[in-house]
Amino acid sequence: MRILVIGAGEVGSSIAGSLADAHEIVVLDVDGDRVDSLTFEHDVLAIQGDGTSLDDLEAAEVEAADVVIASTDEDETNLVACGTVKTVSDAFTIARVEQPSFLRTWQRSRGVFGVDFMVCTDLLTAQAIVRIVGLPTARDVDPFANGLVQMAEFEVDADSPLAGQTVAEADTFDALTFAALVRDEEVVLPRGDTVIEADDQVVVIGRPDRVEAFAGAVSPEAETDVEDVVVVGGSTTAYQVARLLEERGLSPTLIEQDEARARELAEDLPKTTVLQHDATDRDFLEREHIGDADFVVSMLDSDEKNLLVALLSKRVGAARTVAVADNPQYVSLFQTVGVDVAVNPREVTAEDITRFTRERQAENVAIIEPEKAEVLEVEVGPESVLVGRPIREAVADLPAGFVIGAITRNGEFVTPRGDTVVEPNDHVVALVTNEAHDEVADQL
Amino acid sequence: MRLWVEWRASVSLVGTVVKWLSVPLLFPLALAAYYGDGVAVFAATIGIAFAAGWLLERLDDDPDLGSREAFLMVALTWLAVSAVGALPYLFEAHGIPGVVAGSPDSTLANPVNALFESMSGFTTTGATVMGNISFDHHSRALMMWRQVTQWLGGMGIVVLALAILPQLSVGGAQLMDAEAPGPGLEKLTPRIAQTARRLWGLYLGLTALEVVVLALAHEVELAPNMGLYNAVAHGFTTMPTGGFSPAARSIEAFSAVAQWIIIPFMVAAGTNFALFWHATVGDRHFLDDTEFRWYVGSLGVLTAVLAGLLFTGQVTDAENVGRVASAVEPALRHAAFQVAAIVTTTGYASMDFTLWGEPAKYLLFAMLFVGGSAGSTGGGIKIIRWIVVAKSVKRELFTTVHPDAVKPVRLGGRALDEKSVRGIHAFTLLYLGIVLVGTFLVALFGTHGGEPLTVFESLAATASTVGNVGPGFGFAGPMGSYLSFSAPAKLLMVAFMWVGRLEIFPVLVLLTRSYWTS
Repeated sequence: MRILVIGAGEVGSSIAGSLADAHEIVVLDVDGDRVDSLTFEHDVLAIQGDGTSLDDLEAAEVEAADVVIASTDEDETNLVACGTVKTVSDAFTIARVEQPSFLRTWQRSRGVFGVDFMVCTDLLTAQAIVRIVGLPTARDVDPFANGLVQMAEFEVDADSPLAGQTVAEADTFDALTFAALVRDEEVVLPRGDTVIEADDQVVVIGRPDRVEAFAGAVSPEAETDVEDVVVVGGSTTAYQVARLLEERGLSPTLIEQDEARARELAEDLPKTTVLQHDATDRDFLEREHIGDADFVVSMLDSDEKNLLVALLSKRVGAARTVAVADNPQYVSLFQTVGVDVAVNPREVTAEDITRFTRERQAENVAIIEPEKAEVLEVEVGPESVLVGRPIREAVADLPAGFVIGAITRNGEFVTPRGDTVVEPNDHVVALVTNEAHDEVADQL
Repeated sequence: MRLWVEWRASVSLVGTVVKWLSVPLLFPLALAAYYGDGVAVFAATIGIAFAAGWLLERLDDDPDLGSREAFLMVALTWLAVSAVGALPYLFEAHGIPGVVAGSPDSTLANPVNALFESMSGFTTTGATVMGNISFDHHSRALMMWRQVTQWLGGMGIVVLALAILPQLSVGGAQLMDAEAPGPGLEKLTPRIAQTARRLWGLYLGLTALEVVVLALAHEVELAPNMGLYNAVAHGFTTMPTGGFSPAARSIEAFSAVAQWIIIPFMVAAGTNFALFWHATVGDRHFLDDTEFRWYVGSLGVLTAVLAGLLFTGQVTDAENVGRVASAVEPALRHAAFQVAAIVTTTGYASMDFTLWGEPAKYLLFAMLFVGGSAGSTGGGIKIIRWIVVAKSVKRELFTTVHPDAVKPVRLGGRALDEKSVRGIHAFTLLYLGIVLVGTFLVALFGTHGGEPLTVFESLAATASTVGNVGPGFGFAGPMGSYLSFSAPAKLLMVAFMWVGRLEIFPVLVLLTRSYWTS
């Protein structure tokens, strides 16, 4: 496919970079320096120009593009760009916005502003964080099939009862499938006799209540009942996190240093206690008993501060910490030095955008380990190799590197076993390694 | 020194209102013609109102109303209509030479008393200085005029003027803001005149409903004394939370059924009329309104406590103990009636509560400070201000523990800006300050038939007139009157009623130098 990316900021470059392997990418940006650096960094065609100008879009051959992704830092620019594209092309347009109000408008009337799909970075990041708070011992949680199925990634540490068990021994939960183990950044597809080692990450797919029960089995000592959540920072994403927590019936605490912003947040968040202070002040953290928190979510404007706040909160006694890392390279580093979960908003955005640039059938995608494996949700058509015979037989015809985690049929959860027969229109949630990806996608 | 206020514009518009006051005066005139008593009194008043209004109107051909002029106009309007409203009392007492003889035994012959009665009427206070409340001493038309002044004053005479006079629509929001009770102005429709008409329409509808219900109760013999005259008279003074009654014993003169009928209408009168408007257009959100919930809740709690006190015999004299002690219905009825009457500042009485025990009496006294809802016809401090005060006290307690917490004061989910919170604190403090200073002044100048006042009498009379409630305690209780106060004390209370009805600031601002100059 030919994809035109408008805006080569952090998100645009990241999207361009992650799609460049499989697609023809054209990037349009007003900033000449960024255009130059992108040309050398990735195998893409970078052009200097304004995405809201029809002339510049035509210079980038917008008519030839199948997909246009507007991902500048300005919401209005992205919306105008999509609207402009639609005047000369019927390419599929994706707009990235920060303000959830635009997303709500778009959801009310799909296609408005000339946007075919809208991605709200702040909301996606906030949702990802709130899912992690809901499943405190998990590293990553993603919902599939309208929430009927959940994928979760847990870290097995040395004192977990799971360490040293085989998958067959650990698999005592119905409606739950062990989809993969991640060991030293490599994806291992588990068999019954695979031994789970300390520091492995286990990826499970199953019914949400079973996933929650499994979380308890991974670390029985950990407090799984989250009540006190502290959000550090007052960005739009932080606001969304607090709002989603309020929706779940919690009364979070939010710490914001700027007086006017703190007041604004306090007005918009009726159940949140807003504190106006510098969150890196240890005396303040102790005075406000941040150490008693079940979760501290640190989302300040710099990665370094986030790391500092997360570690400080741990030091004063907070049970678990989540830190936002804008630099994707910091994600694993943060987790190594003691932050429980690090979240990169661009990765979250990229996952969502990937959904529309990968094969048409895939409805929902979660990336397990970048470039290694992902979890897909597929609605199987009548011609799929899976239809009409037991899974055991069908899987034999498919390449290795493919694990069916869950099936939903007419809105009901079906636990996949060897003798389960897949029917047309079933939704299959499966883990696929990257080597097997293209072949599997073709045959499903 | 150059004045910054176009006072001619304000006075000219006051003239317009006074001129139009001759229209409602036609009602008692018609009654006077029907009963054959007092036609000349009202004909003379109408003539004077029309002429004086017309003359004042000439002061400015094209009045241009800014916010400063609005304050002056509202404040002066209430003084002017009270002065005109006192004329029938004076004419009846003194007679009109060569036309009709006076009734020299009328206590309203004294101009101070006539002004007090008129101001008490227009401000819906309901404190009376009428010596003999009976048709033997006053014409039925005059007694009805007292009721009419309350009805006109309830929803606001300026709001009424806004509703019908097109020349007031520019600057109307300021006028309504200056006059309508409660902090802030709620516009129901884009045009202020339309909002004013809707409010008056609702007010008229509720009044008519009460009149019909009371008259029907009379027809089926459940309310023996409540004939059409009395039904209309009480309809005119319930909805404005007024409190005047043509019966000397107030509502005690009527049956238990009549009392039960009046209670919900008093409660409705103390409710924000905007809520009724939302309800009539099919919006059920009024049930979620914070102020409405607190209002109904506090009425319920206070009624329960008071009913308990009455039921257990907290009454000082033997005759009344028998009426309420150990009797569920009367204890509940008198408690509910009196709570509604005092909290909404209506000021009716279903029995003489000055004979109740001290705890019950002090509870009623405290209720003088509660007041109705914002946007209702009730006076006092208003429930909404107490809610804000209570919530900001709660916030102070919270921020004592969490000094960095940022906690806006919320009303029904909406955060109030700090400016409004400050304004409400200032108002509440000022109100209480005026009551305290007023108590001192009343005690200083006031005597009661030559005798000094007790602390409680002086305090209650001040709180009752500033809050536009009506009855006080002691000799000025519900079955007594303000007649025996000295003239200076009565004039003070005329000022209290005026200041209280306009919620202090529109009057007080006129006393500042910066209002008149820069």
